[in-house]
Amino acid sequence: MEVASYLWLIPLLPLLGAGICGALHLATLKARKANPDASGPSGLAPWVASAAMAGALVFSIVAFLAICPCDENVTKDGDAIESLRSSTWTWISVGTLHFDLTMWLDRLSSVMTLVVTGVGLLIHVYAAGYMKGDKGYAKFFAYLNLFCFAMLMLVLSSNLLGLFIGWEGVGLCSYLLIGFWYEKGWPAEAGQKAFVVNRIGDAFFLVGSFILISVFGTLEMQDIGAQVPAMIDAHGGMLALAALLLFGGACGKSAQLPLFVWLPDAMAGPTPVSALIHAATMVTSGVYMIVRLNPLYAASPGVLLFIGCIAAATAFIAGTTALVQRDLKKVLAYSTVSQLGYMFLGIAAGAWGAAIFHLVTHAFFKALLFLGAGSVIHGMHEEQDMHKMGGLRKHMPRTFVTFVAGAAALSGLPLMSGFFSKDEILAKNFALGGPNYLLWMVGVVTAAITAYYTWRMVALTFFGEERFDAKHVHPHESPLVMTGPLMVLAVLSIVGGAVLGLPHVFGLWHHLLDGWLEPVVLPGNEILSAQTHMHMPLHLSALWEWILLALGSGVALFFAHKGFHDHKRGLAMDESVQGAFPVAHAKLMDAWTIDSTYSRVIVQPVKLLAFVIAVIVDQFAIDGLVNGAGRLASDLGRRGKRLVDGTVSCYGLWIGAAAVILALTWFWRGN
Amino acid sequence: MLLDLLIFLPLVGALAVGFTPRGAVSLQRGIALLTTLVVAVLSLVVWGSHDLASLAVDKAWFTLPGSQIDVGYRLGVDGISLLMVVLTGVLMPIVILSTFGHITERVKEFMIWVLVMQMGMMGVFLATDLVLFYFFWEIGLVPLYFMVGIWGGKRRLYATLKFFLYTFAGSVVMLIAAIALVYKAQSTDIAAITDSMAALGVSDTIWLFAAFTLAFAIKVPVLPFHTWLPDAHTEAPTSGSVILAGVLLKMGTYGFLRFSIAMFPAAAVAASPYMMALGAIGIVYGAFLAMAQTDIKRLVACSSVSHLGYVVLGLFALTRVGLAGSLIQMVNHGLSTGLLFLLVGMIYERRHTRQLDQYGGIASVMPIYAIFWTIAVLSSVGLPGLNGFVGEYLILLGAFEAIPFWAVVSVTGVIFGAIYLLMATRKLLYGPVVHEANRKLTDLNLREIGLMVPVVVLIVWIGVKPSYFLDRTEASVATIVERLDQARDGMQTAQLPAVKGGESR
Repeated sequence: MEVASYLWLIPLLPLLGAGICGALHLATLKARKANPDASGPSGLAPWVASAAMAGALVFSIVAFLAICPCDENVTKDGDAIESLRSSTWTWISVGTLHFDLTMWLDRLSSVMTLVVTGVGLLIHVYAAGYMKGDKGYAKFFAYLNLFCFAMLMLVLSSNLLGLFIGWEGVGLCSYLLIGFWYEKGWPAEAGQKAFVVNRIGDAFFLVGSFILISVFGTLEMQDIGAQVPAMIDAHGGMLALAALLLFGGACGKSAQLPLFVWLPDAMAGPTPVSALIHAATMVTSGVYMIVRLNPLYAASPGVLLFIGCIAAATAFIAGTTALVQRDLKKVLAYSTVSQLGYMFLGIAAGAWGAAIFHLVTHAFFKALLFLGAGSVIHGMHEEQDMHKMGGLRKHMPRTFVTFVAGAAALSGLPLMSGFFSKDEILAKNFALGGPNYLLWMVGVVTAAITAYYTWRMVALTFFGEERFDAKHVHPHESPLVMTGPLMVLAVLSIVGGAVLGLPHVFGLWHHLLDGWLEPVVLPGNEILSAQTHMHMPLHLSALWEWILLALGSGVALFFAHKGFHDHKRGLAMDESVQGAFPVAHAKLMDAWTIDSTYSRVIVQPVKLLAFVIAVIVDQFAIDGLVNGAGRLASDLGRRGKRLVDGTVSCYGLWIGAAAVILALTWFWRGN
Repeated sequence: MLLDLLIFLPLVGALAVGFTPRGAVSLQRGIALLTTLVVAVLSLVVWGSHDLASLAVDKAWFTLPGSQIDVGYRLGVDGISLLMVVLTGVLMPIVILSTFGHITERVKEFMIWVLVMQMGMMGVFLATDLVLFYFFWEIGLVPLYFMVGIWGGKRRLYATLKFFLYTFAGSVVMLIAAIALVYKAQSTDIAAITDSMAALGVSDTIWLFAAFTLAFAIKVPVLPFHTWLPDAHTEAPTSGSVILAGVLLKMGTYGFLRFSIAMFPAAAVAASPYMMALGAIGIVYGAFLAMAQTDIKRLVACSSVSHLGYVVLGLFALTRVGLAGSLIQMVNHGLSTGLLFLLVGMIYERRHTRQLDQYGGIASVMPIYAIFWTIAVLSSVGLPGLNGFVGEYLILLGAFEAIPFWAVVSVTGVIFGAIYLLMATRKLLYGPVVHEANRKLTDLNLREIGLMVPVVVLIVWIGVKPSYFLDRTEASVATIVERLDQARDGMQTAQLPAVKGGESR
């Protein structure tokens, strides 16, 4: 049997797992009716869910091998198999418009499926330990598996509408999982905010898709890519507009300015959720979509520059915000926003491969950091405030070591995974020149900020004196089921970058990911070369490459050291900064007050408008007229009360009268 | 014969209920349930039939006195009415089952009214003769008047009077228009009238179009004729609300398509920008209206105004995609809003309040209820993979093809819809249980779960494989689109000589 026909199993296995876990949850509810403390069969859920993910991972690997360039992977005609395709039924078909549900695995989606199923599996295993004892244990795994199903639909769909099924599906799961502990109230509010803010992006996405349909007549992403070169002259403006609107959707999902405000709040969800959804997979789907549509974006360099500006601003603002946070997860959340900005910076330079490279390494090290943070929070009895931690390295050594590995990767210490991917993005912006020099500079500054806040976080959490109440809090290392995935991710965070994307100046082995993605990004590079009159992909001279690598290493090392040194002894630095710049500190704490400004200039006015419409317009104006008419009618009725004795018979009478008029009309006409 | 049964079996059922002794509540419920179940099965038989034309009935009825016009007993079903017939058929047993929980007094009368109503609604969708259509239209409306007036809430008299005044106004307008139409076309056969009217230009048909459109606009309701709806919904018993949202309002949108658009394509083309504007503004207006509500049932009612705005927008975009989207959205709205009303009714039966601030944390107490509520909300906000998305997407796309501006305005409904529905969900289901009375609530029983399962199945089915449903409407929609294209061509050629005349001078 052909591998392509197994493609559907990749998303369907998690869906099946979600169904079974859901059933387990219902069975648990039933068992709990008799005995409120019963755990029912919910203990099976992590096994089922993890098995589903393992199955999906196996099939992802099988599919990956099937499109690897080797002697066996050729068609009957001797052509190399570049992608797999598996169709089911026509989803929507009206007139000339057809949307099929088709799975399409090419080199790009293959990278994504491997990341989603691989990192996903690790997080499922971790969650088996983290969520133990929660009364929604089975429900949690049902949601988690459902998320993976939607995420895999997103990356495997061949057309933009199928992608949108996954796109909204992951949004739904994000909503459900952020609000997982809904009894507390505020997680439910955070979930609602995430959904609504994402919907704003989705509205842009929808309009963008309408434009694509009107220009191309299809939403098949491969067809759109192929047709773009022929359309640039006639419909260049429309293409740019569509690209811009779809980026609006990406701003929602991938938490870029001005729509990033939901992601910090999303930390209300359980920590495995933050790792899987709000760091490794879902939030990167905007990046994936744009790289997937690289010919469309290549056709509008202006849009790319705009994306770069948004990305640079987001990276910088979120990075600075992370500098002052006290909540461990908030640091990581703002860091994620900032790192997503880097990915879009890569896109802005037409460095599609670099963006995906950073997406992959970020999935490793940020999932690791979140899971590590979860392990800390778990060991600290749900404490998230770093000011109430300190000295934890002695209590949780395995978490500490792996967390440091993640921090090294995030801060871009030399040879760590984040170092290579970040460097590549910055180098491509540098190589492109022009306004991208500015983007490059912001990127370097943000790299310094990143190194600083990362090591501040490490210092405050694991070093210095113990600032928690040792009588009540007894920090302890997490079980192996949780630290095991940490170790795997730590290895990936350390060596992942060098293995996948070693810069060619090292001369040891090829940049694997670049080579792998070459056919995917080729159309975009060709179009961009024609548009900018530069040869894509860009290459710097070896000297400049070394200079930039050295600069990156220097900045990372210096600021990492500084961040660590400033905070390793305790809170003195934090307190002195807050004391010296109270206003600036408060503004940074509140993410440059962007969120509270939205609340003041958007949310409150919307509420007011709703009130005005409901009460003043609807009740007074429109209904006032209606009631006036009603009074008039009843006045008339009172005057003629001999003829009319009640509304029902009045109704009948009028109809009867009308019928008589009808008959008379014909009678009169007939004569 | 099949179509006759669809209409008159409910009447037989109503008569049978009428002959039962007053106290025999179970018997009355049983008869009503059985009748509606048989009708549901028959409607599915109609769905299964692949030669719809062969089902048509055409018998001479009477000749209008003093004229040559033969009023016929004409029934038929095509791609436009098919979905509505099945929706009416499938929804009614669910409605009857739902009444077991909240209609405990005067059960006999209630069942009679429900069955009479079903006869009227089936008749409206099946009649292919104008006189017959009007006859059933009135029959379909009167029972709701009694349902709200007798079994309704505290402000039922106000709501009833308001509903009556609106309906009455609409009916009078339609009656006058119908008389004029028959007079003009010299026929009461809707197909024949359509053929003769479709050839006419704007100036010949604009007043007829306006009158019919006004009558249907009140029924849908289209902004600014909507204020009877929240009151009627809020005061109606659950079953009344479900029928109202599920089927009755669709009589208006069905009328738009069958009469306003199919009969007067030229006038529809001319009016399209204005009607699209009303639809788009209705979407946003209804959403804001819903946002301000504190009464959960009123909130769902206001969401209806918003959701029906989509249907109006899609219909009057007058594109193939928009029309198809609106047809499927009529069903979607019936299912998702019907389900929401059922759920609101179920919680009301337990707690006897509709104020959102009296709830909170219901998900902890009634987890099964929370699952159904969440599905209904997701269907209503148009989550891809469920039914609502298919309709909304096609409608917005169709509108975009016609007038991008109104599509862009309407897209904001996607955001606002999420705001009020998720806000209601949060206040209802999430947070801690604050009110002691909520702690003792019992979760859904088997009857309640059972009656909602078919709706959920349809919600998922339409979402996952909409082509199965869209395909059945394809041919009829194509016919209308063809007429519209001809009308557009006609309007262009009508304008050309005038321009030429101007040039020669």
